[in-house]
Amino acid sequence: MDNFCWVYDANAISGDVSLKNMFNKIKHYLKSLTLYELIIGLGLTGRYFFSKKITIQYPEERTPQSPRFRGLHALRRYPNGEERCIACKLCEAVCPAMAITIKSEMREDNTRRTTQYDIDLTKCIFCGFCEESCPVDSIVETRILDYHGEERGDLIYTKEMLLKVGDKYEDQIAKDRKEEESYR
Amino acid sequence: MDNIFPQLPEIISTTLWTILKIVAIVIPLMISVAYLTYFERRVIGFMQGRLGPNRVGYFGLLQPIADALKLMFKEIIHPTKSNNVLFLLAPILTIAPAFAAWAVIPFDAELVLSDINAGLLYVLAMTSIAVYGVIIAGWASNSKYAFLGSLRSAAQIVSYEIAMGFTLVGVLMCANSLNLGEIVIGQSGGISQWYIWPLFPLFIIYFISAVAETNRAPFDVAEGESEIVAGFHVEYSGMAFAVFFLAEYANMILVSMLAALMFLGGWLSPFDFFPDSIVWLLLKVAFLLFFFLWFRATFPRYRYDQIMRLGWKIFIPITIFWIIFVGFMMQTPYREMFH
Repeated sequence: MDNFCWVYDANAISGDVSLKNMFNKIKHYLKSLTLYELIIGLGLTGRYFFSKKITIQYPEERTPQSPRFRGLHALRRYPNGEERCIACKLCEAVCPAMAITIKSEMREDNTRRTTQYDIDLTKCIFCGFCEESCPVDSIVETRILDYHGEERGDLIYTKEMLLKVGDKYEDQIAKDRKEEESYR
Repeated sequence: MDNIFPQLPEIISTTLWTILKIVAIVIPLMISVAYLTYFERRVIGFMQGRLGPNRVGYFGLLQPIADALKLMFKEIIHPTKSNNVLFLLAPILTIAPAFAAWAVIPFDAELVLSDINAGLLYVLAMTSIAVYGVIIAGWASNSKYAFLGSLRSAAQIVSYEIAMGFTLVGVLMCANSLNLGEIVIGQSGGISQWYIWPLFPLFIIYFISAVAETNRAPFDVAEGESEIVAGFHVEYSGMAFAVFFLAEYANMILVSMLAALMFLGGWLSPFDFFPDSIVWLLLKVAFLLFFFLWFRATFPRYRYDQIMRLGWKIFIPITIFWIIFVGFMMQTPYREMFH
């Protein structure tokens, strides 16, 4: 057990007794006895104690968001009030989580429109494929990230709810699309 | 002792008066424990670049009260195969000595509940009894993690008790008294007369042993989260857990108080032109308590064998050496430095 050393010190194990090793050993003992390393550590945390805090105080402060942020979905309308969605069902097809359910029929003016457009937000993985696949920029993902449901089914967003989100945030949505236009 | 209830028989009025004095110590102690947990979270948060709790009340100052209320209303779960009597006795056995030791603490020249001559021995005895609570908690829980935690804690407390006892011997030699009040009086005459100077190594060892004694980081193997979940109190919930928590922090304040009394001159002011007052004592205790939090924010947990090595192979030899050194110096012309 003689070569078993608590502190890693190759010289102590090898039994080297040269002057330099003696000096190193003394230095090591002095360092431990004066708690040198511990005081260095305390100094580090002591400096951090007075440093600027990086906490973002969430409801009052928010982190910066990209215009490409993928949050809650919305269905958009044209400026004349007509809904954009033409029920092509590309989003339904591309959705990897199968969170979108669409039913469609012919309207009186012979255009194809959705009768049902549900997004199950508990299934959605916010990949943004629906937005990418949409030929008319109808389904989009907004910057909204804090919403909740209180009962089962609250997070299944229907067509009316999605259109309402779109109507409410249309200015921001249009601005973000405009900004990203050149990259698409 | 003043008789404030002259119309009552002597024995009843004395008892009432004593109970009132106990309440006057315990209530502020409970409040300081609550706010120590708050400051711990704030200080550690600050040292990690965070803010810590700042939502409940201004600057989060109501946070400890919210925590206490939550714990009070939580259910105390008894593990099916636990020993019910011991399971409930353990937290009581932990908290009782932590509070009882405060009986002999002099807050001021006059302000002491019980001015007994063996005060220091009494405090040592009380802090040692606390280990029973931990052992019984671990055993009564009938859980392997709790049991391992209590074994570790017991071994650690017993080891560091010895080094701690030796450091107190140094203080005894300087003060020639076991009475805490007299130990403080022996340090009168400004900052240069405090026992921290002649006994500096003992002070450092006392403080590190105190950290180990209270099972605080970096000596908190008894509740090593990464290995044994939460140690001896893993099966405790609600108020029973809160009592363990209370005891841990009350013990922290107690050992800091003792360090302030024995090495930092207690209520005596550091400079002659300031009056002596309890404010100095509280400032010194707060200063020492800050180190507890600072250590927790800085040092990683010791390995079990390292703890044992530090206690037995380093602290005990150094304390014995310094005691002999002090004894030797007292026989030389330099003895004035050691009184």
